[in-house]
Amino acid sequence: MQSKMKESYPILEVDNLFASTDNLPILKGVSLTVYPGEIHAIMGRNGCGKSTLSKIIAGHPSYNITNGEIKFSGENINSLEPEERAQSGIFLGFQYPIEIPGVSNLEFLRVSTNARRKFLNKEELDTFDFEELVKEKLELVKMDQAFLSRSVNQGFSGGEKKRNEILQMALLEPKIAILDETDSGLDIDALRIVASGIKKISNAQTGIILITHYQRLLDEIEPNYVHVMADGQIIKTGGSDLAVELEKKGYEWTDNFLQQT
Amino acid sequence: MGVSFVKVYKDNCNRLFLDNMVKENLVKDVVKEPYKYGFITDIETEKIAKGLNEDIIRLISQKKEEPKYLLDFRLKAFKKWQKMEEPDWAGLGYKKIDYQDIIYYSAPKQKEKISSLDEVDPKLLETFDKLGIPLTEQKKLTNVAVDAVFDSVSIATTFREELAGHGVIFCSISEAVKTHSDLIEKYLGTVVPASDNYFAALNSAVFSDGSFVYIPKGVKCPMDLSSYFRINSGDSGQFERTLIIAEESSSVSYLEGCTAPMFDTNTLHAAVVELIALDDASIKYSTVQNWYAGDEEGVGGIFNFVTKRGKCLGKRSKISWSQVETGSAITWKYPSCLLLGEESVGEFYSVALTNNLQQADTGTKMIHIGPKTKSTIVSKGISAGNSINSYRGLVKMGTKATGSRNYSQCDSMLIGDQASANTFPYIKSQQPNSDIEHEASTCRISEDQLFYLQSRGIEFEEAISMMVSGFCRDVFNQLPMEFAAEADKLLSLKLEGSVG
Repeated sequence: MQSKMKESYPILEVDNLFASTDNLPILKGVSLTVYPGEIHAIMGRNGCGKSTLSKIIAGHPSYNITNGEIKFSGENINSLEPEERAQSGIFLGFQYPIEIPGVSNLEFLRVSTNARRKFLNKEELDTFDFEELVKEKLELVKMDQAFLSRSVNQGFSGGEKKRNEILQMALLEPKIAILDETDSGLDIDALRIVASGIKKISNAQTGIILITHYQRLLDEIEPNYVHVMADGQIIKTGGSDLAVELEKKGYEWTDNFLQQT
Repeated sequence: MGVSFVKVYKDNCNRLFLDNMVKENLVKDVVKEPYKYGFITDIETEKIAKGLNEDIIRLISQKKEEPKYLLDFRLKAFKKWQKMEEPDWAGLGYKKIDYQDIIYYSAPKQKEKISSLDEVDPKLLETFDKLGIPLTEQKKLTNVAVDAVFDSVSIATTFREELAGHGVIFCSISEAVKTHSDLIEKYLGTVVPASDNYFAALNSAVFSDGSFVYIPKGVKCPMDLSSYFRINSGDSGQFERTLIIAEESSSVSYLEGCTAPMFDTNTLHAAVVELIALDDASIKYSTVQNWYAGDEEGVGGIFNFVTKRGKCLGKRSKISWSQVETGSAITWKYPSCLLLGEESVGEFYSVALTNNLQQADTGTKMIHIGPKTKSTIVSKGISAGNSINSYRGLVKMGTKATGSRNYSQCDSMLIGDQASANTFPYIKSQQPNSDIEHEASTCRISEDQLFYLQSRGIEFEEAISMMVSGFCRDVFNQLPMEFAAEADKLLSLKLEGSVG
């Protein structure tokens, strides 16, 4: 299975990445390569740098890359603006989706989708064509149309916010989706809906990185690789059984690992 | 029947949806574009000498062939003005105005009497064309009657015959002085007396032109009315005067737009607007103000010192102000309502956007005099650059205003870290049996919000304009649809580079 995938070119290559915020080092040499069709899980304690890694890949302005590089489709993207990264197919599903009062969800989704379509040289959609498209995608995450007329994420429950993230992923059809704790705050039904949405959206060309604390999302979406992060580094990589092992041993194991090295 | 109802409902929804799209584009354009109305029309003008004295006022009155009562009105106002002091309570910073260095009458030279649009100087028509306000029969806007004012005079008013067929009078105030002198004499200065304030007194003494609207009893004005004010010369002030009278059970929606060329000097604009609504009448007055704001260093721009007031004289009458203020170096205006009639309603919806070194001090006064009167204030101030944006408002409940209610909401949005926003709500109540509610908020566009939108492929500038537009939504929803496209053209101001 693996040898077959490696015939293609990687979508994302993170090479020995060091990054800091306010001169505080957060990432201390992270390397990670994702090929089309692969699902990677990154696990680790709070504060280990998982979320930071996802934000840096998406281009958050608060972090500085001090060493190493991020390549997307073979190109160095270290200096690209977040919107350029998004347009070219990098998607970040937020752990805490941001509320934007007054901006209608529908308009937000349309502008965003058109920005991506423009990059792909596809025709931009007017409001009526877009409504057709979005209705189709709403099905995937079992969201009601009423969400479209509300302000972006405002007053949404935790689960609704996460479903709205997956809806955006479905519309943007990214080449790589980094989903930061998409499972947190979801009850078991919502988790299944979100997981099945992710599975339907992804295909042999898509790469997915799931950032999570828990095994339960990985029961729904089986990863090809599991990476364990601690103190700004990936300390261990394995198959899906590594997540099971981690669930059993707990994160103390990672602390012990750090002490040993 | 069920099916057709659904269709109509759906069409309405679609239309509403589109309406909102157009409105949302308003601010997007504001944010992105430089001032595009800064051109000067090269036209021969008739100007009188600079300076202000009794002779100048007599000359203006004579040029306009005014009756004696009006000359007396002007002279009385001038005497009052001479005794008044220029106010400075708003704490606005500007160079003292030399009132003797202003030309008080400037008009494009044209034939004495113009009987049709064909006789209007093509250069003037071209000017309004360029501003997106075509006046000629072939090109004129279809659902809006327009009165076009150029410097001190009204150039043309469209759809006059159609309106006259409904008994609606829509013309320049100079013409109304001649043709409907009784109405002018009865109402002029009854809402904003000459002695009201320094700039109202000045206007009363020297006002040149403006619009006059009269809606007879029981008539719903069949189309929206609009005045477009254009300042062309750099050394003359603009002192227009608008008077709108809505008789019993009538209604009208009116919009004014304004632009001016870019001069490096400051031009004074001191207008007076008076609205009168009788029993069950309703007036909706919308403004899109886009006077030249000066450059990034604050050089040039219009001083917009305006007195606007409506009198809800009749029972159940209603006056609604909505304004989008984007231009002027300094804006100083408080469109207000005097709520006299029982159960009368006053509304004020405002968006004020300031950038660079602009100063805006705007708000409203809701004076509740009659019983069971109601007022609503929604003010959205957006300040960027080094600008200062203040809401200043008064809500007053008089002794007879039993069972009256006010709701005020004042929100400020700051863009960047150099801009400032202030809110000065004054509340005076002499009537315990009345309710006053005031809500206020200040927000800043957060880095997280910007990053979220950007991470969805939305450009930085677009992200800001989406949020600004979202912030203003409550007010934009109040703008009459017919004007949204026009307002779209009028609005343009650049917030570019004002963040981060």
